[in-house]
Amino acid sequence: MKHASKQWFALAVTLGAILALGACSKKAAPPPPPPPPAPPAPTASLSVNPSSIQAGQSATLSWQTTNATDVSIDGIGAVQANGSQSVSPMDSATYHLTAKGAGGSQEATARITVTQAPPPPPPTAAAPTDEDLFSQNIKDVYFDYDKSDVRGDQQSSVLGDVQFLNQHASISFTVEGHCDERGSTEYNLALGDKRATAVKNALVSAGVGASRIKTISYGKEKPFCSESNEACWQQNRRGHLVYQK
Amino acid sequence: MHPRWYMSGKCNNKTLPSNKYRVTILSYGDPISGSCSDARMNQLLPPVTTPETPRCARPELSGVLALACALIFLLMTPALRAQDWVKTGTGLGVDKVRLAVADFKPSSSDPQNDALLKTFNDTLWNDLDVSGVVELVSKSFYPLQVPGQPVDVNFPAWNAPPPNAAMLAFGSFGVAGGKLTVQGWLYDVKNTGSPQVLGKQYTDTPSDDAARVIAHKFADEIILRLGGGIPGIAESKIYFVSDRSGKKEIWVMDYDGSNQRQVTNLGSISLSPRISPDGTRLAFSSLTKTGWEIKMFSLELNRLVSFPHLGGTNLSPAWSPDGLKLAFSSSRGGSPEIYIADSNGTNLRSMTANKGPDVSPIWNRKTGAQIAYVSGATGLPQVYTMETDGTNQQRMTDQGYAVSPSWAPNGQFLVLAWERKYGPGDPGALDLYLMDIASKQWVQLTHDGGRNDSPSWSPDGRHIVFQSSRSGKEEIWMMLANGDKLRQLTFTGRNTQPNWSWK
Repeated sequence: MKHASKQWFALAVTLGAILALGACSKKAAPPPPPPPPAPPAPTASLSVNPSSIQAGQSATLSWQTTNATDVSIDGIGAVQANGSQSVSPMDSATYHLTAKGAGGSQEATARITVTQAPPPPPPTAAAPTDEDLFSQNIKDVYFDYDKSDVRGDQQSSVLGDVQFLNQHASISFTVEGHCDERGSTEYNLALGDKRATAVKNALVSAGVGASRIKTISYGKEKPFCSESNEACWQQNRRGHLVYQK
Repeated sequence: MHPRWYMSGKCNNKTLPSNKYRVTILSYGDPISGSCSDARMNQLLPPVTTPETPRCARPELSGVLALACALIFLLMTPALRAQDWVKTGTGLGVDKVRLAVADFKPSSSDPQNDALLKTFNDTLWNDLDVSGVVELVSKSFYPLQVPGQPVDVNFPAWNAPPPNAAMLAFGSFGVAGGKLTVQGWLYDVKNTGSPQVLGKQYTDTPSDDAARVIAHKFADEIILRLGGGIPGIAESKIYFVSDRSGKKEIWVMDYDGSNQRQVTNLGSISLSPRISPDGTRLAFSSLTKTGWEIKMFSLELNRLVSFPHLGGTNLSPAWSPDGLKLAFSSSRGGSPEIYIADSNGTNLRSMTANKGPDVSPIWNRKTGAQIAYVSGATGLPQVYTMETDGTNQQRMTDQGYAVSPSWAPNGQFLVLAWERKYGPGDPGALDLYLMDIASKQWVQLTHDGGRNDSPSWSPDGRHIVFQSSRSGKEEIWMMLANGDKLRQLTFTGRNTQPNWSWK
């Protein structure tokens, strides 16, 4: 799943968009350089909390500097040596602090991810549906190439899925087996079938009722992305869980 | 003075750098090239028994032997060049005939005539060119006056150089009174006393389609007589998968790529078309609401006919040569295994019980007694064979990623898609290989890049149709079974999984 978050993160950066659930914080606090003889070099750190907000919400930007005479943040201007400020950007942004002093200058950055606000709930706001909860909580299971066994780093996704599914025992769903573009159409369909069954078996052995789970193979017929590189291939080698209405 | 000799190429190695496989021997600085491919393929093919000589000389052999080898090559070169590089067993003992094909002469001045005659001449020429059994004499060598009737044939103008033809095909073509009449002859122009090998007359209602069909029929008559008695393929069909309608549906075309039309219209994903041996039914796999199921389409009724719902993922049907049974992959028992059923879907029996996925069965179409298939039992997919009762499972490929076997009509060969060095970070190029089943020796047929997959044999065993991404996207290509005469058949949309009709 690490791989996937990175990909989403990269997407969010490039597109300025806005759909990802996960977020990453970039803690930019390089260790202070060894003190020069004199004068001491400035140090600076900048952080934003929380690092991920929805558009319209605000977050607190805080910074600390030492040995600096002139501290400024791009887009905000000159600020005190230490302080904090409330910010509410409409798009993901990177704050950039520059601290200048007699001993040189130091920079620090902090990244805030802004996700699009959900449409305003209708007046008679309903609780999130099972389908919403399913898509928010369920994680797909990724596979190594030409393999259909659930690998070690996917166990946490499986356990999370099991926990959710056991709490929502009325939900039925389909596990789709997907493969990357390499190899024959027919073999990939058979392999996708093995992958879907492997995910189903992992869930069933952890207590999820088998009657709730359908499986289907898509082989390489419905890829999630279409580039010919390992990052994309990994995206396409998965057991994809789909809520069944 | 002793001639110096050098060798290039690797005669004992299975890896062929190009599809013409040569040894070059330089003597006194003059390059003379001779083919050593036949010696190699003789080792590969049991029926051609040349056990020791003229095996290709190795560098460590004595100079005397090398000279002898060179001499043999020199003497045999013209004959060798005239033969298939890969012997599929169908052209043995038959030298390629030099055939001149004169454009048919218009026998009427009907306004339709010109366009139809062009279709006819182009189709006839193409059929004979790709047949692989004749050497067509270039039209630039022909005399200015071409015959339309037997009385017009000027023998010396054809049987002596520059055309130096052994055979001449000619005739007349005319639309008159709403009827298309074609007269065609095949003449042995070196036998001036009794030259006629073939004389045919065809009539039909005039249309582009009729002109093509008549050309195919006449070409097949010629190929039957000049190609060792094996019927031509000009009237055969190729079924395939195309997404040009927006969904993957089954399509069909003439073997030369003309006349492409859609067969199924299910709006889902339909794959792996397999035409029955008698050409009346088409089995394929299609995604339904409940999963992948085997579907059966009647080409006589032009609609789907019933086939039982099997459950699980059901893929890659294959017909037994008697048309009574189907082999396919089904995961109805939990894991994808090879099953055999009657062609109406009853009497299911599973043939394999492996850990890995088993898929893509193909019957030995000569004997009907064995099945080749793909299994991931040991990791990466490999090609296996077994008896039709599931016994004697034999792994055929030793490494890499091997899929999509197709059994040659003569029963001796498999052609398969193979990536011999498969691994992470690999670009995923597949090439086609021909394997002799008895010895498991193989030879590479495609070298030109892209992913080459889903090969299928022509009924005469001389051609292979396959899908390739070499043009940038998946399209259907055909070639001779030795890799020559490569040509692209489809150009619209993505086209995959060709399946050649049985006759």
